[in-house]
Amino acid sequence: MSEKKKLSVLTNGILNENPVLRLVLGTCPTLAVTTMAANGIGMGLAATFVLLCSNIVISALRRIIPEQVRIPCYITVIAGFVSVVQMLVKAYVPALDQALGVYLPLIVVNCIILGRAEMFASKNTVLNSALDGIGMGIGFTLTLTIMGSIREILGAGTWLAGLDGLLPFLPEGFAIRVLPASVDPFTLMTSAPGGFFVFGVLMAGAAWLTAHKRPAQAEEGSV
Amino acid sequence: MVVKLASIFFTMILVDNYVLTKFLGICPFLGVSKKLDSAVGMSLAVTFVMVLATAVTWPVHTLILAPNGLAYLQTIVFILIIAILVQLLENVLKKYIPTLYRSLGVYLPLITTNCTILGVTILNLDEGYNFIESVVCAAGAGVGFLVAMVLFSGVRRRVEEAAPPKCFEGLPITLVSAAMVSLSFMGFGGIVEAIFG
Repeated sequence: MSEKKKLSVLTNGILNENPVLRLVLGTCPTLAVTTMAANGIGMGLAATFVLLCSNIVISALRRIIPEQVRIPCYITVIAGFVSVVQMLVKAYVPALDQALGVYLPLIVVNCIILGRAEMFASKNTVLNSALDGIGMGIGFTLTLTIMGSIREILGAGTWLAGLDGLLPFLPEGFAIRVLPASVDPFTLMTSAPGGFFVFGVLMAGAAWLTAHKRPAQAEEGSV
Repeated sequence: MVVKLASIFFTMILVDNYVLTKFLGICPFLGVSKKLDSAVGMSLAVTFVMVLATAVTWPVHTLILAPNGLAYLQTIVFILIIAILVQLLENVLKKYIPTLYRSLGVYLPLITTNCTILGVTILNLDEGYNFIESVVCAAGAGVGFLVAMVLFSGVRRRVEEAAPPKCFEGLPITLVSAAMVSLSFMGFGGIVEAIFG
């Protein structure tokens, strides 16, 4: 495989096959943790780590895992890495553990990870699977961050609040004030209906972007 | 006791509805809610596995994992238990109740990766519920899932006939209408405390 194709494996996950907006995988964490941009970043990074490691291991074992029991095998590998992430997050970024709550162990059933194992890692070389994991992870993290930013700015008037839990060198209580304090924030955005709404609008935006960029390919790409 | 159980049950359906307020099980919510009968079939299968999984994972955690300091294995053990249960259930149904298998069978493999199941088993332990409360909570979560699916399949039938802007066609407009359904469920906040509290 040429260098150029390798690059396309990496960038595939960011827009063309963005796991959340184009493949519509992993919608639960996307909606649940994006009340704040910092939570989105944390969730994205945790899922990226699991995705990268599980893609590498599953791709390395792809000739050994029997066809009939492949799903339980994949889930065991993924659950192992999720437990690793859970322990690391609990030990080093307890604030993130508090913020993500049950959604951290639920990375196990995030369909992006099982989906990539089934669709990509089980058929491709270790290096390509690793690149695919990174690309998909970046696409996931970017989408979560954008969604978190929109919901946080509209719903709370701040941006990147709570990032000091992720990056210890930031001062405690770090937050960028976007809307002036005199503007009443639209708190509905941080609650459940706002999540569905922002997700719907973002997905429409992605569909619009793709349709305008390549009118010919948009037809077959639509879900 | 009964009042507390009833309060847990109705809270799970109306106030803490897993799909509409906690965003668990969104994939089947969006994927299978197009037709009413498949929505009901999927929800019944989910409810059944949810109660069964809770009845197994609660004792496993409380009697085996926690006393031996193995609580960190929770995620792996629970997902394996759920995967095995789903597989067992599929085989049992196929053999003994073929009619039920024909109606629910197609949904069973999807259930392993349905986050409501793993979610309810973990959240029950986080809440510190005892065994009976956990099972009631799981049943409530299942019925809540059913209510959300049935309501939403009705909304969707109307939405399908509407003509949204081109880029909103399909899932985006579905999500926007899910926002409206979820908004209406916010109106139930506090109602259960008012009745049972």
